[in-house]
Amino acid sequence: MLTLLEWFRRLLGTLGSHRRDDDLEEELRLHMELAAEHAARSGASPAEARRVARVHTGGVSQAMDALRDRRGLPWLQSLVSDIVFASRQLNKHRGASLAAILSLGIAIGAATAAFRLMDAVLWRTLPVASPDRLHALGWDAITSQGDRGYRDDFDYPTYRRYRAAAGSRAQIIVIGSASRQDVIIGTETERAIRQYVSGNVFATLGLQPVLGRLLGPADDEEPSRRSVVVISYEYWTRRFNGDPQVVGKTFRWGRNVVEIVGIAPRGFTGTEPGRLTDFFAPATMNTQALNSAGWSWFRIWVRPNDDVSPEQVRESIQTQVRLDRQQTVKNLPGSASGPIISAYLNEQITLTPAGAGVSSAQRTFKRPLFILAALVVLVLLIACANVANLLVAQGSARAREMALRVSIGAGRLRLIQLVLVESALLALCASIVGALFSWWAAPFVVSLLSFQEPVQLVLDLDWRTTLFSLFLTMTVTMLFGLAPALRASSVTPLGAVNIRRDPPANRRLVRSLISVQMAFCLFVIFVSGLFGTTLTNLSNRPLGFDQNHVLVMEVNVRGDKQPPQVWEDVANQIRSLPGVESASSAMWVPLTENRWRTPVAVAGQQPRDEAPYFLGVSPKYFDTMRIGLVAGRDFHIGDVPPALGPDNQPIPGVGIVSEAFARAYFDTTSPVGRLVTVNRDNIAVPMKIIGVVGDAAYYNMREPMRPTVYVPTDARSEAALVVRTSGDPLAVGPSIRREVARVRADFIVTNAATQSAFVQRQLIRERLLSTLSLFFAGVALLLAGIGLYGVLNYAVIRERHEIGVRMALGARASHVVARVTNEMLSPVGIGAVIGVAAGVGFGRLVESILFEVKATDPAAIAMPVLVLAAAAAFAALPPVVRAVHTDPAQTLRSE
Amino acid sequence: MANKAPAKADVLQGTLDLMVLQTLDSMGPQHGYAIAARLEQVSGGALQLNMGTLYPGLMRLEQRGLLKGSWGTTDTNRKARFYALTAAGKRELAREKQAWDRMTAIMQALLRGQA
Repeated sequence: MLTLLEWFRRLLGTLGSHRRDDDLEEELRLHMELAAEHAARSGASPAEARRVARVHTGGVSQAMDALRDRRGLPWLQSLVSDIVFASRQLNKHRGASLAAILSLGIAIGAATAAFRLMDAVLWRTLPVASPDRLHALGWDAITSQGDRGYRDDFDYPTYRRYRAAAGSRAQIIVIGSASRQDVIIGTETERAIRQYVSGNVFATLGLQPVLGRLLGPADDEEPSRRSVVVISYEYWTRRFNGDPQVVGKTFRWGRNVVEIVGIAPRGFTGTEPGRLTDFFAPATMNTQALNSAGWSWFRIWVRPNDDVSPEQVRESIQTQVRLDRQQTVKNLPGSASGPIISAYLNEQITLTPAGAGVSSAQRTFKRPLFILAALVVLVLLIACANVANLLVAQGSARAREMALRVSIGAGRLRLIQLVLVESALLALCASIVGALFSWWAAPFVVSLLSFQEPVQLVLDLDWRTTLFSLFLTMTVTMLFGLAPALRASSVTPLGAVNIRRDPPANRRLVRSLISVQMAFCLFVIFVSGLFGTTLTNLSNRPLGFDQNHVLVMEVNVRGDKQPPQVWEDVANQIRSLPGVESASSAMWVPLTENRWRTPVAVAGQQPRDEAPYFLGVSPKYFDTMRIGLVAGRDFHIGDVPPALGPDNQPIPGVGIVSEAFARAYFDTTSPVGRLVTVNRDNIAVPMKIIGVVGDAAYYNMREPMRPTVYVPTDARSEAALVVRTSGDPLAVGPSIRREVARVRADFIVTNAATQSAFVQRQLIRERLLSTLSLFFAGVALLLAGIGLYGVLNYAVIRERHEIGVRMALGARASHVVARVTNEMLSPVGIGAVIGVAAGVGFGRLVESILFEVKATDPAAIAMPVLVLAAAAAFAALPPVVRAVHTDPAQTLRSE
Repeated sequence: MANKAPAKADVLQGTLDLMVLQTLDSMGPQHGYAIAARLEQVSGGALQLNMGTLYPGLMRLEQRGLLKGSWGTTDTNRKARFYALTAAGKRELAREKQAWDRMTAIMQALLRGQA
């Protein structure tokens, strides 16, 4: 307590509220006088008495030194005076400081924004008990086609088996995917995000309700007879205005009236970064799915109980997985392919840490975010190099001042402190600019990630972000400040007398900084070119259908599958609506990453490795999508697909093939009327080709047009209604919805979107990468240009005497230009070469996310080099003009 | 840099506070020279404080709120800065004295035991 008071008073002393020097000196003087009088009393002469007193008391000046140190905090005092001095320096070079602060600020802001995003998507742990013990189940799945891919979706019967297998070793919980649902609160229909969870979820996550109760094991009874939900704190405050009476209220969700029984704790917004869950419903409310094997609709998370390792839990579940697989294989028709079966039997279940949540947004954006973060770091380094150049230039201009400071006794550390304080001040101003920038930029990037389905992230400015910015600012200060500080502090007092304005070491430093800047800059432009070209190529690739004015409604049928005639009736009703041009249905629409493949054989031909795509469509589908009929006819009601009967007997059917199919299987001759066989569960079913249509994209944007077979739709319980409208499709949406609900109460529209939205959604990642990398390329170019300009301009000012002499002696303008620019040509060139090499290497790494562009394309290399060269020339222009216009008479006089 | 107090003064540091506080307690408010003179007298000349030790010490005690300094005049009508104990100073003195007594008792017991 006492020491605290002492430090506080000394702090005040530092800041100026203290006893002044003359006050202290007066006190000491009295002491000396009294001591001298004392000596005089014992008989000394006045002079002798003063000498004795001085020896005895130790002298005024030493005591003053000790008092001054004691009065304030010496190190703080020097720091404060350095800060005052540094801010004067920055103010003196206002333009240069402003440029440095802005460029650093934008770079720091971009880095902070990137960190906030990555943190929110990938790293921030869920606000639950011991998140490090949470794991998500998944497995490397193999399809019947032999494709491999990670899967983490499970059905309820599997959940029951795994739960039994894990027994008391772990808590096994159902984490449903966050999905948009129509709810009716009061009279308003609106969308809310729902997650199904098992009754043990909240207890396992150690969560406590804010109001009411959370879901418990009692809500797990099968099938659930009570319709209860827990709403998130965020939804409670946003939708219900924090109404304390909300518990017990009901709202409609689908066909249920659900009762709100409690509010989840604040900050718990579900388990999927990218989506904020509004309400949690017991998994057992999804009654139809509870006994449906193969209906996968949730993730399974695992929390090993204390003293059980995740591996032990994995093993116990793995045993069950193997048993399940063996059972499935036993029921397969005998002719399934051997290697695929054995791979299937050997599928390994994995436990992935899930403490930061699990979502598809994580999988989609992980790589792009890392790439962008890397680009941001490069931009930041370019900005640092700029500021370092500025400080070196100022440093050599201030060498005289430094030497003077050394000669009056300033230590080397003191000088380093002086320059570092200046850097820190710059960095601090920059980090304020950066904070503002990231405050704007992070939500902006989130809006880029969102298309139709908004990506929702919690972007609070929390201590992690603050800590990160602080760390970044300090690192940056060290990066650009330390070299100039060391250089400035290495002056000797002698140097003050005979100082070289610009030591060679400085020039080397500046030149290598320019090389580095140019290399980074070229790299960023190069990468942005690759991503930009990818986006352009993808957006411009022909799709084979007209995506505009098409509305897609995904429909689930409650109850039995409905035959094609029923679907056709619904389509017919929709056709009669105003604003509708045509309507049809399909199993799904293109570019939704759904696919169905099965081998097709043509009599007299070798079987093929690759199976064509299949899609079940209704009559008029090609009309609606504007896929051209090349030959033959469209489907009619009554056409049947090749299929298997109840006893696996083949039922022949008809199909329409794409031009790519016709080319691949029949070598361009029109195959209308030809017969092929379609493999359905390893039984060959004949199919007659009745028509040929133009090629259309199917699975995703990146695939080339592949052979595709269209067949009439079967009786289905889910399909997509495809509607072409004359105006804005979304405007007609509500009336179509009402019509569907009116005609068939059992048809539930689960999702309505435009076909172009599906196309756009395919391009989110590419658009994000290309937009942001273009932005960073622009910033990098601007910063590198400013840097080059600054260095050249400084060189011209430094050498104006020399230039003046040469011009007086008759040097031509071209000679002057060459002299000014020559020094920078090689660093720019070296930087460009390194940048191209790095860019080509990087291009190889990200080849899989590029489209129809290679890092080694001459155009991909030439474009950034030309852009950089143009920018460098542009930046060099003002200093060169200045050099050429040097007036010899004036410069010579000034020396 | 500023002259650092020699090693001898470091030993003195803890005890100097106690001596100054005790002096002011027994003699009432005093200026710096009087404190030094008193200590020199009591120690029979063994303790000669130079100003570089005494005044920073006084400043430190003042910063800790144990002393209060104010300008006044001496008997010989000179302007001098007088230091007086504050209430906190009195409490601190009592505490320090107790600690000192305990320490000396321990030291004595230890040294006698060894002899």
